[in-house]
Amino acid sequence: MNPESKQALIDYLITMADDELILGHRNSEWCGHAPILEEDIAFANIALDEIGHAIVWYELAADLQGEEREAYANHMVYFRDVRDYRNTQLVELPKGDWAFTMLRQYLFDQFEMMRLEKLAQSSYAPFAEAATKIRTEEIYHLRHTQAWARRLGLGTEESHRRMQAALNDLWPYALALCEPSNRAELLTQGGYIPDSRALKTAWLEQVTAYLGEVGLAIPTDSSNLPLSRTHHTEHLGQLLSDLQQVARLDPMAKW
Amino acid sequence: MYGATVEPIEDIRTDAEKLAGFEARIARGEKIEPGDWMPDEYRRQLIRMISQHAHSEVVGMLPEGAFITRAPNLRRKLILIAKVQDEAGHGQYLYHAAETLGATREEMLDALLSGKAKYSSIFNYPTLSWADMGAIGWLVDGAAILNQTMLARCSYGPYARAMVRICAEENFHRRQGQDIVITLALGTPEQKAMMQDSINRWWWPTLMMFGPHDTDSSNSAVLIRWGIKTKTNDELRQAFVDQTAPELMALGLTIPDPDLHYDAATEHWHFGEINWDEFWNVVKGNGPCNAERMTARRQAHEDGLWVREAMAAYTEKYQS
Ligand SMILES: [Fe+2]
Ligand SMILES: [Fe+2]
Ligand SMILES: [Fe+2]
Repeated sequence: MNPESKQALIDYLITMADDELILGHRNSEWCGHAPILEEDIAFANIALDEIGHAIVWYELAADLQGEEREAYANHMVYFRDVRDYRNTQLVELPKGDWAFTMLRQYLFDQFEMMRLEKLAQSSYAPFAEAATKIRTEEIYHLRHTQAWARRLGLGTEESHRRMQAALNDLWPYALALCEPSNRAELLTQGGYIPDSRALKTAWLEQVTAYLGEVGLAIPTDSSNLPLSRTHHTEHLGQLLSDLQQVARLDPMAKW
Repeated sequence: MYGATVEPIEDIRTDAEKLAGFEARIARGEKIEPGDWMPDEYRRQLIRMISQHAHSEVVGMLPEGAFITRAPNLRRKLILIAKVQDEAGHGQYLYHAAETLGATREEMLDALLSGKAKYSSIFNYPTLSWADMGAIGWLVDGAAILNQTMLARCSYGPYARAMVRICAEENFHRRQGQDIVITLALGTPEQKAMMQDSINRWWWPTLMMFGPHDTDSSNSAVLIRWGIKTKTNDELRQAFVDQTAPELMALGLTIPDPDLHYDAATEHWHFGEINWDEFWNVVKGNGPCNAERMTARRQAHEDGLWVREAMAAYTEKYQS
Protein backbone atom coordinates (compact mmCIF):
# COMPACT_ATOMS: atom_id res chain seq x y z
CA MET A 1 0.00 0.00 0.00
CA ASN A 2 1.44 3.38 -0.92
CA PRO A 3 1.65 6.03 1.80
CA GLU A 4 -1.10 8.10 0.28
CA SER A 5 -3.56 5.19 0.22
CA LYS A 6 -2.51 4.24 3.70
CA GLN A 7 -3.30 7.67 5.07
CA ALA A 8 -6.62 7.70 3.22
CA LEU A 9 -7.50 4.33 4.70
CA ILE A 10 -6.64 5.50 8.21
CA ASP A 11 -8.87 8.53 7.70
CA TYR A 12 -11.67 6.31 6.44
CA LEU A 13 -11.40 3.95 9.40
CA ILE A 14 -11.59 6.90 11.76
CA THR A 15 -14.79 8.19 10.20
CA MET A 16 -16.33 4.74 10.66
CA ALA A 17 -15.07 4.40 14.21
CA ASP A 18 -16.23 7.87 15.23
CA ASP A 19 -19.72 7.25 13.85
CA GLU A 20 -20.07 3.99 15.78
CA LEU A 21 -18.62 5.42 18.96
CA ILE A 22 -20.86 8.46 19.09
CA LEU A 23 -23.96 6.50 18.10
CA GLY A 24 -23.17 3.88 20.75
CA HIS A 25 -22.75 6.68 23.28
CA ARG A 26 -26.18 8.11 22.46
CA ASN A 27 -27.72 4.63 22.65
CA SER A 28 -26.13 3.96 26.00
CA GLU A 29 -27.97 6.98 27.41
CA TRP A 30 -31.17 4.90 27.26
CA CYS A 31 -29.83 2.30 29.66
CA GLY A 32 -32.29 2.25 32.58
CA HIS A 33 -34.74 4.61 30.85
CA ALA A 34 -36.15 2.51 27.98
CA PRO A 35 -39.91 2.22 27.43
CA ILE A 36 -39.91 -1.47 28.40
CA LEU A 37 -37.49 -3.52 30.47
CA GLU A 38 -36.81 -5.81 27.50
CA GLU A 39 -35.39 -2.79 25.65
CA ASP A 40 -33.16 -1.83 28.55
CA ILE A 41 -31.55 -5.16 27.70
CA ALA A 42 -31.79 -5.24 23.91
CA PHE A 43 -30.82 -1.64 23.31
CA ALA A 44 -27.93 -1.76 25.77
CA ASN A 45 -26.73 -4.68 23.71
CA ILE A 46 -26.81 -2.61 20.54
CA ALA A 47 -24.91 0.18 22.33
CA LEU A 48 -22.30 -2.34 23.41
CA ASP A 49 -21.97 -3.71 19.90
CA GLU A 50 -21.59 -0.28 18.30
CA ILE A 51 -18.90 0.77 20.74
CA GLY A 52 -17.27 -2.61 20.18
CA HIS A 53 -17.26 -1.97 16.44
CA ALA A 54 -15.73 1.45 16.96
CA ILE A 55 -12.92 -0.23 18.88
CA VAL A 56 -12.31 -2.66 16.00
CA TRP A 57 -11.95 0.20 13.52
CA TYR A 58 -9.71 2.28 15.81
CA GLU A 59 -7.53 -0.76 16.27
CA LEU A 60 -7.18 -1.33 12.54
CA ALA A 61 -6.16 2.32 12.24
CA ALA A 62 -3.63 1.73 15.03
CA ASP A 63 -2.17 -1.27 13.21
CA LEU A 64 -1.68 0.77 10.05
CA GLN A 65 0.34 3.29 12.06
CA GLY A 66 2.24 0.79 14.17
CA GLU A 67 0.56 2.13 17.31
CA GLU A 68 -0.39 0.08 20.37
CA ARG A 69 -4.04 -0.81 19.87
CA GLU A 70 -5.70 -0.18 23.23
CA ALA A 71 -3.74 2.97 24.00
CA TYR A 72 -4.46 4.37 20.55
CA ALA A 73 -8.21 3.70 20.77
CA ASN A 74 -8.42 5.30 24.20
CA HIS A 75 -6.39 8.27 23.05
CA MET A 76 -8.66 8.78 20.06
CA VAL A 77 -11.80 8.62 22.18
CA TYR A 78 -10.74 10.52 25.27
CA PHE A 79 -8.15 13.01 24.17
CA ARG A 80 -9.40 14.47 20.92
CA ASP A 81 -11.53 17.61 20.85
CA VAL A 82 -14.54 18.44 18.74
CA ARG A 83 -12.50 19.72 15.81
CA ASP A 84 -10.74 16.38 15.38
CA TYR A 85 -13.79 14.14 15.51
CA ARG A 86 -14.92 12.88 12.10
CA ASN A 87 -18.38 11.49 12.82
CA THR A 88 -21.43 12.70 10.94
CA GLN A 89 -23.78 15.08 12.69
CA LEU A 90 -26.45 12.38 12.43
CA VAL A 91 -25.03 10.43 15.36
CA GLU A 92 -24.26 13.36 17.65
CA LEU A 93 -27.83 14.70 17.77
CA PRO A 94 -29.42 14.17 21.20
CA LYS A 95 -31.27 10.89 21.63
CA GLY A 96 -34.73 12.44 21.29
CA ASP A 97 -37.72 10.18 21.79
CA TRP A 98 -37.91 6.45 21.10
CA ALA A 99 -39.06 7.12 17.52
CA PHE A 100 -36.06 9.35 16.82
CA THR A 101 -33.65 6.90 18.42
CA MET A 102 -35.02 3.86 16.63
CA LEU A 103 -35.28 5.50 13.26
CA ARG A 104 -31.75 6.89 13.45
CA GLN A 105 -30.51 3.46 14.41
CA TYR A 106 -32.44 1.87 11.54
CA LEU A 107 -31.05 4.32 8.97
CA PHE A 108 -27.56 3.79 10.28
CA ASP A 109 -27.84 0.00 10.53
CA GLN A 110 -29.12 -0.29 6.99
CA PHE A 111 -26.22 1.78 5.73
CA GLU A 112 -23.71 -0.06 7.84
CA MET A 113 -25.03 -3.43 6.76
CA MET A 114 -24.73 -2.64 3.07
CA ARG A 115 -21.29 -1.20 3.54
CA LEU A 116 -20.13 -4.22 5.54
CA GLU A 117 -21.32 -6.58 2.82
CA LYS A 118 -19.03 -4.79 0.40
CA LEU A 119 -16.18 -4.37 2.88
CA ALA A 120 -16.20 -8.11 3.43
CA GLN A 121 -14.62 -8.25 -0.05
CA SER A 122 -12.07 -5.51 0.61
CA SER A 123 -8.63 -6.08 -0.87
CA TYR A 124 -7.20 -5.13 2.52
CA ALA A 125 -7.51 -8.46 4.29
CA PRO A 126 -7.82 -7.25 7.93
CA PHE A 127 -10.63 -4.98 6.81
CA ALA A 128 -12.46 -7.84 5.08
CA GLU A 129 -12.07 -10.10 8.10
CA ALA A 130 -13.37 -7.53 10.56
CA ALA A 131 -16.31 -6.66 8.32
CA THR A 132 -17.31 -10.31 8.03
CA LYS A 133 -17.35 -10.67 11.79
CA ILE A 134 -19.20 -7.45 12.53
CA ARG A 135 -21.82 -8.23 9.91
CA THR A 136 -23.16 -11.11 12.02
CA GLU A 137 -24.04 -8.61 14.76
CA GLU A 138 -25.48 -6.09 12.38
CA ILE A 139 -27.93 -8.67 11.01
CA TYR A 140 -29.46 -8.77 14.45
CA HIS A 141 -29.48 -4.96 14.84
CA LEU A 142 -31.14 -4.47 11.51
CA ARG A 143 -33.81 -7.03 12.28
CA HIS A 144 -34.47 -5.31 15.59
CA THR A 145 -34.64 -1.75 14.25
CA GLN A 146 -36.69 -2.79 11.21
CA ALA A 147 -39.22 -4.42 13.51
CA TRP A 148 -39.43 -1.25 15.60
CA ALA A 149 -39.79 0.97 12.55
CA ARG A 150 -42.67 -1.23 11.42
CA ARG A 151 -44.40 -1.36 14.79
CA LEU A 152 -44.14 2.38 15.32
CA GLY A 153 -44.83 3.34 11.71
CA LEU A 154 -48.00 1.26 11.65
CA GLY A 155 -48.93 1.19 15.36
CA THR A 156 -51.05 4.15 16.44
CA GLU A 157 -51.69 7.58 15.03
CA GLU A 158 -49.36 9.04 17.61
CA SER A 159 -46.54 6.62 16.92
CA HIS A 160 -46.89 7.24 13.20
CA ARG A 161 -46.85 10.99 13.71
CA ARG A 162 -43.72 10.77 15.86
CA MET A 163 -41.97 8.55 13.34
CA GLN A 164 -42.73 10.84 10.43
CA ALA A 165 -41.54 13.85 12.45
CA ALA A 166 -38.35 11.98 13.32
CA LEU A 167 -37.78 11.05 9.71
CA ASN A 168 -38.24 14.66 8.59
CA ASP A 169 -35.66 15.77 11.14
CA LEU A 170 -33.21 12.96 10.50
CA TRP A 171 -33.24 12.75 6.75
CA PRO A 172 -30.77 15.49 5.76
CA TYR A 173 -28.37 14.26 8.41
CA ALA A 174 -28.74 10.65 7.28
CA LEU A 175 -27.82 11.57 3.72
CA ALA A 176 -24.46 12.75 5.02
CA LEU A 177 -23.61 9.16 5.92
CA CYS A 178 -23.19 8.47 2.23
CA GLU A 179 -20.84 11.36 1.51
CA PRO A 180 -17.43 10.15 0.38
CA SER A 181 -14.59 10.78 2.82
CA ASN A 182 -11.22 12.28 2.04
CA ARG A 183 -9.65 10.68 -1.04
CA ALA A 184 -12.29 7.95 -1.10
CA GLU A 185 -11.80 7.59 -4.85
CA LEU A 186 -8.27 6.43 -4.31
CA LEU A 187 -9.45 3.76 -1.87
CA THR A 188 -12.21 2.61 -4.18
CA GLN A 189 -9.76 2.28 -7.06
CA GLY A 190 -7.52 0.16 -4.89
CA GLY A 191 -10.44 -2.14 -4.04
CA TYR A 192 -10.19 -1.24 -0.35
CA ILE A 193 -13.65 0.26 0.05
CA PRO A 194 -16.88 0.19 -1.97
CA ASP A 195 -17.80 2.99 -4.35
CA SER A 196 -19.67 5.57 -2.32
CA ARG A 197 -22.06 6.61 -5.10
CA ALA A 198 -23.16 3.04 -5.77
CA LEU A 199 -23.57 2.49 -2.05
CA LYS A 200 -25.67 5.62 -1.72
CA THR A 201 -27.95 4.53 -4.57
CA ALA A 202 -28.46 1.08 -3.09
CA TRP A 203 -29.09 2.46 0.41
CA LEU A 204 -31.58 5.07 -0.85
CA GLU A 205 -33.47 2.43 -2.73
CA GLN A 206 -33.61 0.11 0.24
CA VAL A 207 -34.67 2.62 2.90
CA THR A 208 -37.16 4.37 0.64
CA ALA A 209 -38.86 1.05 -0.07
CA TYR A 210 -38.84 -0.15 3.52
CA LEU A 211 -39.98 3.10 5.09
CA GLY A 212 -42.72 3.32 2.46
CA GLU A 213 -43.87 -0.13 3.47
CA VAL A 214 -44.23 1.00 7.07
CA GLY A 215 -46.19 4.08 6.11
CA LEU A 216 -43.46 6.73 6.17
CA ALA A 217 -42.60 9.17 3.43
CA ILE A 218 -39.10 10.41 2.69
CA PRO A 219 -39.15 14.22 2.86
CA THR A 220 -38.54 15.85 -0.48
CA ASP A 221 -37.85 19.43 0.55
CA SER A 222 -34.82 18.91 2.74
CA SER A 223 -32.84 22.05 3.28
CA ASN A 224 -29.17 21.90 2.46
CA LEU A 225 -27.19 21.39 5.63
CA PRO A 226 -23.44 21.35 5.54
CA LEU A 227 -22.68 17.68 5.20
CA SER A 228 -19.00 17.68 5.90
CA ARG A 229 -17.61 15.54 8.69
CA THR A 230 -15.39 18.43 9.74
CA HIS A 231 -18.43 20.42 10.86
CA HIS A 232 -20.26 19.62 14.05
CA THR A 233 -23.27 20.75 16.04
CA GLU A 234 -22.98 22.16 19.56
CA HIS A 235 -24.21 18.81 20.82
CA LEU A 236 -20.88 17.12 20.16
CA GLY A 237 -19.04 19.40 22.57
CA GLN A 238 -21.51 18.63 25.31
CA LEU A 239 -21.32 14.94 24.54
CA LEU A 240 -17.53 14.95 24.72
CA SER A 241 -17.43 16.85 27.98
CA ASP A 242 -19.51 14.05 29.46
CA LEU A 243 -17.60 11.24 27.73
CA GLN A 244 -14.16 12.59 28.61
CA GLN A 245 -14.85 14.06 32.02
CA VAL A 246 -13.37 11.33 34.21
CA ALA A 247 -10.56 10.32 31.88
CA ARG A 248 -9.29 13.91 31.84
CA LEU A 249 -9.36 14.41 35.60
CA ASP A 250 -5.86 13.07 35.70
CA PRO A 251 -4.37 12.22 32.31
CA MET A 252 -1.46 10.39 33.92
CA ALA A 253 -3.72 8.07 35.86
CA LYS A 254 -4.66 4.52 34.88
CA TRP A 255 -8.27 3.68 35.44
CA MET B 1 -48.22 -32.60 34.15
CA TYR B 2 -50.32 -35.12 32.33
CA GLY B 3 -51.93 -32.80 29.81
CA ALA B 4 -54.79 -30.37 29.94
CA THR B 5 -57.61 -32.89 29.68
CA VAL B 6 -56.95 -34.51 33.04
CA GLU B 7 -59.07 -33.01 35.84
CA PRO B 8 -57.05 -32.16 38.92
CA ILE B 9 -57.70 -34.52 41.76
CA GLU B 10 -59.52 -32.62 44.47
CA ASP B 11 -57.40 -32.12 47.55
CA ILE B 12 -59.71 -33.19 50.39
CA ARG B 13 -57.24 -32.63 53.21
CA THR B 14 -58.08 -30.00 55.81
CA ASP B 15 -55.98 -26.84 55.85
CA ALA B 16 -54.17 -28.04 58.95
CA GLU B 17 -53.24 -31.27 57.17
CA LYS B 18 -52.11 -29.37 54.10
CA LEU B 19 -49.98 -27.06 56.21
CA ALA B 20 -48.42 -30.01 58.02
CA GLY B 21 -47.66 -31.67 54.69
CA PHE B 22 -46.19 -28.43 53.31
CA GLU B 23 -43.97 -27.93 56.34
CA ALA B 24 -42.85 -31.55 56.19
CA ARG B 25 -41.80 -31.08 52.58
CA ILE B 26 -39.77 -28.01 53.51
CA ALA B 27 -38.19 -29.90 56.40
CA ARG B 28 -37.13 -32.63 53.95
CA GLY B 29 -35.50 -29.94 51.79
CA GLU B 30 -37.95 -30.36 48.90
CA LYS B 31 -38.62 -27.39 46.61
CA ILE B 32 -42.11 -25.94 46.47
CA GLU B 33 -43.22 -25.44 42.85
CA PRO B 34 -45.81 -23.04 41.38
CA GLY B 35 -48.79 -25.45 41.24
CA ASP B 36 -48.21 -26.90 44.73
CA TRP B 37 -50.37 -26.08 47.71
CA MET B 38 -48.85 -23.35 49.87
CA PRO B 39 -50.15 -21.20 52.71
CA ASP B 40 -51.40 -17.79 51.62
CA GLU B 41 -48.88 -16.15 53.88
CA TYR B 42 -46.02 -18.03 52.15
CA ARG B 43 -47.27 -16.80 48.77
CA ARG B 44 -47.74 -13.26 50.06
CA GLN B 45 -44.26 -13.11 51.61
CA LEU B 46 -42.66 -14.47 48.45
CA ILE B 47 -44.43 -12.04 46.15
CA ARG B 48 -43.38 -9.21 48.46
CA MET B 49 -39.76 -10.33 48.55
CA ILE B 50 -39.35 -11.29 44.91
CA SER B 51 -41.03 -8.19 43.53
CA GLN B 52 -39.02 -6.00 45.90
CA HIS B 53 -35.94 -7.76 44.68
CA ALA B 54 -36.96 -7.22 41.04
CA HIS B 55 -37.60 -3.53 41.68
CA SER B 56 -34.18 -3.23 43.30
CA GLU B 57 -32.54 -4.58 40.16
CA VAL B 58 -34.47 -2.14 37.99
CA VAL B 59 -33.97 0.94 40.17
CA GLY B 60 -30.38 -0.22 40.71
CA MET B 61 -29.67 0.45 37.04
CA LEU B 62 -29.96 4.20 37.64
CA PRO B 63 -27.04 5.12 39.90
CA GLU B 64 -24.51 3.15 37.85
CA GLY B 65 -26.21 3.84 34.53
CA ALA B 66 -25.45 7.50 35.14
CA PHE B 67 -21.72 6.75 34.77
CA ILE B 68 -21.86 4.71 31.57
CA THR B 69 -21.29 7.76 29.40
CA ARG B 70 -18.45 8.89 31.67
CA ALA B 71 -16.52 5.63 32.08
CA PRO B 72 -12.84 6.61 31.89
CA ASN B 73 -11.68 4.10 29.29
CA LEU B 74 -13.23 1.86 26.67
CA ARG B 75 -12.72 -1.39 28.54
CA ARG B 76 -14.44 -0.05 31.66
CA LYS B 77 -17.22 1.37 29.54
CA LEU B 78 -18.01 -1.97 27.91
CA ILE B 79 -17.94 -3.74 31.27
CA LEU B 80 -20.22 -1.18 32.90
CA ILE B 81 -22.80 -1.32 30.10
CA ALA B 82 -22.78 -5.11 30.33
CA LYS B 83 -23.22 -4.94 34.08
CA VAL B 84 -26.15 -2.54 34.01
CA GLN B 85 -27.67 -4.66 31.26
CA ASP B 86 -27.31 -7.73 33.49
CA GLU B 87 -29.24 -5.94 36.23
CA ALA B 88 -32.10 -5.36 33.80
CA GLY B 89 -31.97 -9.08 33.00
CA HIS B 90 -32.12 -9.90 36.72
CA GLY B 91 -35.19 -7.71 37.03
CA GLN B 92 -36.73 -9.64 34.19
CA TYR B 93 -36.08 -13.15 35.66
CA LEU B 94 -37.36 -11.99 39.02
CA TYR B 95 -40.58 -10.52 37.63
CA HIS B 96 -41.09 -13.87 35.92
CA ALA B 97 -40.49 -15.72 39.19
CA ALA B 98 -43.08 -13.52 40.93
CA GLU B 99 -45.51 -14.14 38.07
CA THR B 100 -45.42 -17.87 38.85
CA LEU B 101 -47.13 -16.92 42.14
CA GLY B 102 -49.93 -15.05 40.41
CA ALA B 103 -48.60 -11.49 40.51
CA THR B 104 -48.64 -9.59 37.19
CA ARG B 105 -45.94 -7.30 35.85
CA GLU B 106 -48.45 -4.42 35.66
CA GLU B 107 -49.50 -4.80 39.29
CA MET B 108 -45.90 -4.96 40.41
CA LEU B 109 -44.88 -1.91 38.35
CA ASP B 110 -47.88 0.02 39.62
CA ALA B 111 -46.90 -0.81 43.17
CA LEU B 112 -43.38 0.46 42.50
CA LEU B 113 -44.43 3.66 40.76
CA SER B 114 -47.09 4.49 43.31
CA GLY B 115 -44.51 4.12 46.05
CA LYS B 116 -46.32 1.20 47.67
CA ALA B 117 -43.62 -1.35 46.94
CA LYS B 118 -40.14 -0.96 48.33
CA TYR B 119 -36.76 -1.54 46.74
CA SER B 120 -33.33 -1.79 48.28
CA SER B 121 -32.65 1.52 49.99
CA ILE B 122 -29.00 1.44 48.94
CA PHE B 123 -30.04 2.84 45.56
CA ASN B 124 -31.32 5.98 47.23
CA TYR B 125 -27.75 7.16 47.74
CA PRO B 126 -26.11 9.27 45.02
CA THR B 127 -23.23 8.25 42.76
CA LEU B 128 -20.83 11.17 42.83
CA SER B 129 -17.61 9.92 41.31
CA TRP B 130 -16.20 7.14 39.17
CA ALA B 131 -14.89 5.52 42.37
CA ASP B 132 -18.52 4.80 43.27
CA MET B 133 -18.60 2.25 40.43
CA GLY B 134 -15.92 0.37 42.34
CA ALA B 135 -17.65 0.70 45.70
CA ILE B 136 -21.01 -0.37 44.32
CA GLY B 137 -19.59 -3.36 42.49
CA TRP B 138 -17.52 -4.60 45.36
CA LEU B 139 -19.59 -3.63 48.39
CA VAL B 140 -23.17 -3.49 47.14
CA ASP B 141 -23.03 -6.41 44.72
CA GLY B 142 -20.86 -8.24 47.25
CA ALA B 143 -23.50 -7.80 49.94
CA ALA B 144 -26.20 -8.82 47.49
CA ILE B 145 -24.29 -12.00 46.68
CA LEU B 146 -24.30 -13.10 50.33
CA ASN B 147 -28.04 -12.64 50.48
CA GLN B 148 -28.64 -14.22 47.09
CA THR B 149 -26.41 -17.22 47.72
CA MET B 150 -28.65 -17.94 50.68
CA LEU B 151 -31.77 -17.43 48.57
CA ALA B 152 -30.44 -19.82 45.92
CA ARG B 153 -31.17 -22.50 48.51
CA CYS B 154 -34.62 -21.20 49.40
CA SER B 155 -37.68 -23.43 49.45
CA TYR B 156 -39.48 -21.90 46.47
CA GLY B 157 -38.14 -23.51 43.29
CA PRO B 158 -38.48 -20.67 40.75
CA TYR B 159 -36.90 -18.13 43.13
CA ALA B 160 -34.05 -20.49 43.99
CA ARG B 161 -33.32 -21.17 40.33
CA ALA B 162 -33.45 -17.48 39.39
CA MET B 163 -30.93 -16.83 42.16
CA VAL B 164 -28.50 -19.46 40.90
CA ARG B 165 -28.40 -17.75 37.53
CA ILE B 166 -28.19 -14.28 39.01
CA CYS B 167 -25.41 -15.15 41.46
CA ALA B 168 -23.13 -16.28 38.67
CA GLU B 169 -23.41 -12.82 37.09
CA GLU B 170 -23.19 -10.99 40.41
CA ASN B 171 -19.81 -12.58 41.00
CA PHE B 172 -18.59 -10.96 37.81
CA HIS B 173 -20.05 -7.64 39.02
CA ARG B 174 -18.25 -7.93 42.30
CA ARG B 175 -14.95 -8.71 40.60
CA GLN B 176 -15.17 -5.73 38.25
CA GLY B 177 -15.93 -3.51 41.24
CA GLN B 178 -13.03 -4.91 43.19
CA ASP B 179 -10.80 -4.32 40.20
CA ILE B 180 -11.80 -0.64 40.07
CA VAL B 181 -11.23 -0.22 43.82
CA ILE B 182 -7.79 -1.82 43.62
CA THR B 183 -6.82 0.31 40.62
CA LEU B 184 -7.84 3.55 42.32
CA ALA B 185 -6.55 2.65 45.77
CA LEU B 186 -3.13 1.95 44.28
CA GLY B 187 -3.33 4.84 41.82
CA THR B 188 -2.46 8.54 41.93
CA PRO B 189 -3.11 10.58 45.10
CA GLU B 190 -6.21 12.04 43.50
CA GLN B 191 -7.56 8.59 42.68
CA LYS B 192 -6.85 7.35 46.20
CA ALA B 193 -8.68 10.29 47.70
CA MET B 194 -11.60 9.66 45.39
CA MET B 195 -11.72 6.01 46.42
CA GLN B 196 -11.52 6.79 50.12
CA ASP B 197 -14.34 9.30 49.83
CA SER B 198 -16.43 6.70 48.10
CA ILE B 199 -15.82 4.06 50.81
CA ASN B 200 -16.70 6.68 53.41
CA ARG B 201 -20.05 7.20 51.76
CA TRP B 202 -20.94 3.58 50.85
CA TRP B 203 -19.75 1.57 53.84
CA TRP B 204 -22.62 2.21 56.23
CA PRO B 205 -25.41 2.14 53.67
CA THR B 206 -24.06 -1.24 52.53
CA LEU B 207 -24.28 -2.62 56.07
CA MET B 208 -27.86 -1.35 56.17
CA MET B 209 -28.69 -3.41 53.08
CA PHE B 210 -28.97 -6.54 55.23
CA GLY B 211 -31.98 -5.04 56.96
CA PRO B 212 -32.85 -4.38 60.60
CA HIS B 213 -31.58 -6.45 63.50
CA ASP B 214 -33.36 -9.79 63.62
CA THR B 215 -35.08 -8.71 66.83
CA ASP B 216 -36.60 -5.74 64.94
CA SER B 217 -37.48 -7.53 61.72
CA SER B 218 -41.17 -8.36 61.59
CA ASN B 219 -40.78 -10.92 58.81
CA SER B 220 -37.66 -12.82 59.85
CA ALA B 221 -39.20 -15.63 61.91
CA VAL B 222 -41.75 -16.80 59.38
CA LEU B 223 -39.27 -16.50 56.51
CA ILE B 224 -36.84 -18.73 58.33
CA ARG B 225 -39.45 -21.24 59.39
CA TRP B 226 -40.57 -21.78 55.79
CA GLY B 227 -37.10 -22.02 54.39
CA ILE B 228 -37.27 -18.77 52.44
CA LYS B 229 -34.37 -17.42 54.42
CA THR B 230 -31.88 -19.76 56.01
CA LYS B 231 -29.72 -17.11 57.68
CA THR B 232 -30.61 -14.06 59.71
CA ASN B 233 -29.91 -10.46 58.71
CA ASP B 234 -27.28 -10.13 61.42
CA GLU B 235 -25.51 -13.34 60.42
CA LEU B 236 -25.23 -12.18 56.82
CA ARG B 237 -24.09 -8.71 57.86
CA GLN B 238 -21.38 -10.19 60.06
CA ALA B 239 -20.21 -12.46 57.24
CA PHE B 240 -19.96 -9.40 54.99
CA VAL B 241 -17.87 -7.40 57.44
CA ASP B 242 -15.61 -10.37 58.16
CA GLN B 243 -14.96 -10.85 54.48
CA THR B 244 -14.70 -7.26 53.27
CA ALA B 245 -13.18 -5.18 56.06
CA PRO B 246 -9.72 -6.81 56.04
CA GLU B 247 -9.57 -6.75 52.25
CA LEU B 248 -10.30 -3.01 52.07
CA MET B 249 -7.82 -2.28 54.83
CA ALA B 250 -5.12 -4.29 53.03
CA LEU B 251 -5.41 -1.76 50.21
CA GLY B 252 -4.66 1.11 52.58
CA LEU B 253 -8.27 2.24 52.72
CA THR B 254 -9.85 3.32 55.97
CA ILE B 255 -13.25 2.10 57.06
CA PRO B 256 -15.33 4.89 58.60
CA ASP B 257 -16.06 3.06 61.85
CA PRO B 258 -13.92 3.85 64.90
CA ASP B 259 -15.27 0.77 66.69
CA LEU B 260 -14.21 -1.66 64.00
CA HIS B 261 -11.66 -4.20 65.23
CA TYR B 262 -10.89 -7.89 65.03
CA ASP B 263 -12.07 -9.76 68.08
CA ALA B 264 -9.83 -12.77 68.59
CA ALA B 265 -12.24 -14.35 71.09
CA THR B 266 -15.18 -14.49 68.68
CA GLU B 267 -12.99 -14.67 65.56
CA HIS B 268 -15.18 -11.98 64.04
CA TRP B 269 -14.76 -8.33 63.17
CA HIS B 270 -16.61 -6.26 65.71
CA PHE B 271 -18.27 -3.18 64.24
CA GLY B 272 -20.11 -0.15 65.59
CA GLU B 273 -23.83 0.45 65.75
CA ILE B 274 -25.67 1.31 62.56
CA ASN B 275 -27.51 4.60 62.46
CA TRP B 276 -31.00 3.12 62.44
CA ASP B 277 -32.68 6.50 62.25
CA GLU B 278 -31.01 7.03 58.91
CA PHE B 279 -32.00 3.52 57.82
CA TRP B 280 -35.69 3.95 58.61
CA ASN B 281 -35.71 7.42 57.18
CA VAL B 282 -34.43 6.16 53.82
CA VAL B 283 -36.83 3.20 53.90
CA LYS B 284 -39.69 5.62 54.46
CA GLY B 285 -38.74 7.54 51.33
CA ASN B 286 -36.67 10.40 52.73
CA GLY B 287 -33.22 9.32 51.58
CA PRO B 288 -30.97 11.58 49.51
CA CYS B 289 -32.20 10.21 46.16
CA ASN B 290 -35.59 8.54 46.76
CA ALA B 291 -37.42 11.29 44.92
CA GLU B 292 -34.94 11.34 42.03
CA ARG B 293 -35.06 7.58 41.55
CA MET B 294 -38.83 7.49 41.53
CA THR B 295 -39.01 10.48 39.20
CA ALA B 296 -36.65 8.75 36.78
CA ARG B 297 -38.70 5.53 36.83
CA ARG B 298 -41.99 7.37 36.42
CA GLN B 299 -40.56 9.49 33.64
CA ALA B 300 -39.38 6.40 31.73
CA HIS B 301 -42.77 4.80 32.27
CA GLU B 302 -44.71 7.87 31.10
CA ASP B 303 -42.42 8.57 28.16
CA GLY B 304 -42.80 4.94 27.14
CA LEU B 305 -46.57 4.93 27.26
CA TRP B 306 -47.11 5.81 23.59
CA VAL B 307 -44.53 3.17 22.65
CA ARG B 308 -46.31 0.44 24.59
CA GLU B 309 -49.64 1.53 23.12
CA ALA B 310 -48.18 1.35 19.63
CA MET B 311 -46.81 -2.14 20.32
CA ALA B 312 -50.20 -3.32 21.50
CA ALA B 313 -52.03 -1.70 18.58
CA TYR B 314 -49.59 -3.19 16.09
CA THR B 315 -49.94 -6.67 17.56
CA GLU B 316 -53.69 -6.40 17.49
CA LYS B 317 -53.82 -5.15 13.90
CA TYR B 318 -51.25 -7.39 12.30
CA GLN B 319 -50.57 -10.40 14.45
CA SER B 320 -53.92 -11.58 15.73
FE1 LIG C 1 -21.99 -1.17 14.10
FE1 LIG D 1 -28.38 -7.90 39.97
FE1 LIG E 1 -25.05 -6.82 40.14
